Amino acid sequence: METWSLAALSVLLGLVVRWSVSLNFYSGAGKPPLYGDYEAQRHWQEITYNLPINQWYFNTSDNNLQYWGLDYPPLTAYHSFLCAYIANLINPDWIALNTSHGYESPTHKLFMRTTVFIADLIVYIPGLVLYCFCLKETSANKKVSILLCILLYPGLILIDYGHFQYNAVSLGFALWGVLGLSCNWHLLGSLAFCLALNYKQMELYHALPFFCYLLGKCFKQGLNGRGLALLMKVAFTVVASFALCWLPFLTDLEQILEVLRRLFPVDRGLFEDKVANVWCSLSILLKIKRILSPHTQLLLSFAFTVLALLPACIKLTLQPTLKGFKFALVNCSLAFFLFSFQVHEKSILLVSMPVCLIINEVPFVSTWFLLVSTFSMLPLLLKDGLLLPYIVTTLTFLLVSVTVLSVHEKTSEEAVGLKKVRFPGLRVWSNTISYSFIVSVIMMAVLTFTSATLIPPVRFPDLFPVLISCVSCAHFMVFLIYFNIVYLWDSQNEGNRKKTC
Amino acid sequence: MAAPRRSMDSSGRCWFLALALGVSLLKCLLIPTYYSTDFEVHRNWLAITHSLPVSQWYYEETSQWTLDYPPFFSWFEYALSHVAKYFDREMLVTRNLNYSSNATVLFQRFSVIFTDILFIYAVSECCKTIDNKKAKQNVLEQPAFILAVLLLWNFGLLIVDHIHFQYNGFLFGLMLLSVARLSQKRYLEGALLFAVLLNLKHIYLYVAPAYGVYLLRSYCFTAFKPDGSVRWHSFSFLRAVSLALIVCFVFALSLGPFIVLGQLPQVLSRLFPFKRGLCHAYWAPNFWALYNAVDKSLLIIGMKFKFLDADKIPTASMTGGLVQEFQHTVLPTVTPLATLICTFISIMPSVFCLWFKPRGPRGFLQCLTLCALSSFMFGWHVHEKAILLAILPFSLLSVKSRKEAGIYLILATTGHLSLFPLLFTTPEFPIKILLMLLFTLYSFSSLKTLFRKEGPLLNWPETLYLTGLVPLEVICEAVYPLTAWNERLPFIPLLLTSVYCAFGISYAWLRLYVTVLTEPTAVKQRKDQ
Repeated sequence: METWSLAALSVLLGLVVRWSVSLNFYSGAGKPPLYGDYEAQRHWQEITYNLPINQWYFNTSDNNLQYWGLDYPPLTAYHSFLCAYIANLINPDWIALNTSHGYESPTHKLFMRTTVFIADLIVYIPGLVLYCFCLKETSANKKVSILLCILLYPGLILIDYGHFQYNAVSLGFALWGVLGLSCNWHLLGSLAFCLALNYKQMELYHALPFFCYLLGKCFKQGLNGRGLALLMKVAFTVVASFALCWLPFLTDLEQILEVLRRLFPVDRGLFEDKVANVWCSLSILLKIKRILSPHTQLLLSFAFTVLALLPACIKLTLQPTLKGFKFALVNCSLAFFLFSFQVHEKSILLVSMPVCLIINEVPFVSTWFLLVSTFSMLPLLLKDGLLLPYIVTTLTFLLVSVTVLSVHEKTSEEAVGLKKVRFPGLRVWSNTISYSFIVSVIMMAVLTFTSATLIPPVRFPDLFPVLISCVSCAHFMVFLIYFNIVYLWDSQNEGNRKKTC
Repeated sequence: MAAPRRSMDSSGRCWFLALALGVSLLKCLLIPTYYSTDFEVHRNWLAITHSLPVSQWYYEETSQWTLDYPPFFSWFEYALSHVAKYFDREMLVTRNLNYSSNATVLFQRFSVIFTDILFIYAVSECCKTIDNKKAKQNVLEQPAFILAVLLLWNFGLLIVDHIHFQYNGFLFGLMLLSVARLSQKRYLEGALLFAVLLNLKHIYLYVAPAYGVYLLRSYCFTAFKPDGSVRWHSFSFLRAVSLALIVCFVFALSLGPFIVLGQLPQVLSRLFPFKRGLCHAYWAPNFWALYNAVDKSLLIIGMKFKFLDADKIPTASMTGGLVQEFQHTVLPTVTPLATLICTFISIMPSVFCLWFKPRGPRGFLQCLTLCALSSFMFGWHVHEKAILLAILPFSLLSVKSRKEAGIYLILATTGHLSLFPLLFTTPEFPIKILLMLLFTLYSFSSLKTLFRKEGPLLNWPETLYLTGLVPLEVICEAVYPLTAWNERLPFIPLLLTSVYCAFGISYAWLRLYVTVLTEPTAVKQRKDQ
């Protein structure tokens, strides 16, 4: 069969799964007074459509910031405005100012789901298809296999189509950024990444690798000649695209500061709910939130984050290769997720996206990581009533990656990229790796089963969420070390060879 | 990938397993979708069989959805109800009409998914009868693999069973299994399976002639002349008796209790309700849809040019298409007997062909498909779902020859599209479109690849016709509801779909008939013997 029809089949399959998941519940369905992210997105449509642009981020009598106040950058607000415009054409009640709070109806759900679907179809999926087809040194069938696997990654589907968010847009723009850089269209890449940043500030997790890669490229071309020109061009693109996105807010300094205050709420605390990161897991043993002052917490998390991401960034600046760039994206975002301030459980998607991109290089570990990342959001998904789609999509992903990528056969040292790593007295056997994978999968299955069926003891109402986040955090720590080792030990030679093709 | 033959087989098996698991997972994803009144029908049957003695099964009428499947299906529901009580006891109470708690939905949906295991097994048996002698390197291009996808991922079966809600999966499983047994020359097993199937759902009576003639010819006769015709003296009484014994035993098991209770007339009157109209509420795309359409257009033309007197026309016919009783105004009204005769006449040639031009299992499958298609074309009160009865067995032939692959594409695409009105709810709209595209794209590209050395599968008028389905669908689903006519004439999209698809299905039926009648005899026969 032709490659294009296989690719089209994969995309169609991905879309079927997406839409089927979207028939399930969304976050906060029928749960007044605060509802959930679904209501947040609807509320933003209401705000952006009914209020003048200079009041969007301000607390006014019509805009109670305590009730799902807008806290994403301008592009999200524009997107909300666009959706609200269409919503108004269909049914003005959906976005009526103040009276529409908590509006829920089957038709409205359908409308909201469709907006996600269309955004996904416009931004994320084309980017993904192009990315897979631009992969080098891979056969046509392999490209389609990779495409199918990434399309079926359950985490993104469950959060966007189940829980309800528009992660596919920001991640999609970031993907377009990666695509641009890998095709040597540096300006297009930086433009796409700026759009991603202006859609969700969390995209900052990916910012450093983009910066280091482009900087490294400039250094490589010589800072006197073409490199400087490239640097100027990239800098101009970035500034211009930012200016364009922020244009309506540039009228007043107070406006800009208010938006920034909304985007980076430092007073919200080190972490929220149960996140699978280091701080949350540590707080079982010692209550960091109580022991240290907020300021110290901020400094501490900043210091750890920088330490964790420094090696990858330095290597990337010195050797700006494409493979290195993708690994650096993984390392940096994972470091941010594990150590930075105010992390949400959904932020793991920011790590998953680059991990999807290296599924070709390290299929086994990537698949493992993607499974764990979905698992780490289980408490959230359970709260939304998405247990069945969670189980089904996870099994589908596992099935697809085993069949089309045969990940189970790729556990040898060479396949996981650890061949060059030689620690004295320490050897990694492929059996160890596959056994630990099986143990990990069984652990996740058991935890899923128990937290779905058992009622936790009264003394520890959060027992299962905490267990899940600790297990996931332990996994993520190992993955952080692993990805760093693979990247840092990846020799210069190979890097050069990869770059030339 | 110069893999040796054995590892080739094992990789094929892996792929088959992955396909089966994948489609089962997809079915699980479809659990929260819309379900039709058939859901309540089956829930009611669960309740009837669970809470009432056998003697009242076919008399109970608290709900309008009375038990109208043969006894084995009632026993099947009875067995299911013993699992159902662990999910939710309330669904087993006959008074609880339209009861649909979460546990009930989960149970009913999972019961369909679970019983589909039989279908999966049957498909794997069917795939074994397809020889992969071409030994292509790529598993994806093996006929057996393509057949597995065409059957397991069949669009019609997915939406009818797992969205609309019915238990066709395991029934078709039984049918395919009996087909596979017949082609493996395990005739008695095949006959047993088909007899059981008939007592599960009597719609399979449509294809019974093919079974009867094929079994008689290839099992009861043991020797053949060189040209393939039977030697009459070789008739084996022993075989005929054992065949008859098996079939009678199954029927006795099924109908016996009701004969003892003296309820046979009641059971039969439930199974064959001739009180219903010629066409279902939505016209199945068959000959009668065309007949109705011609009648209607003649009426309109007649009214316009004053050939007909408006006073003499019964008013009910003007709202036709939505009411069950359809009175023809210009053309003669069709009676059940007329449809029966038409069906009989249209089936005959294929059955004769099976007898006089034997082509082994291939001829049997052709005859089976023709029986199903003919009765679909001319039957009384045919449901659009009945087209699956032709599409599924015909999939087996589509991977064998180029000509049949072309007919299959026309039949499957139009037949599946004609199922669209089953799902009319908006949330399911994207699913049906996407699944249809998925299946159609796969069937086209895989069959094209399979026969790429033998030229194109479709000629240009056929391609044009199939392309026409796209604008048809766009007009019916998107454009027409926005126009002013939608208020006054809401049935126009259904009518258009059914008439347009009726052309395709009639064409596929005719072409298959022509192929079967003109194909040379005894080419394959020698090999099969």
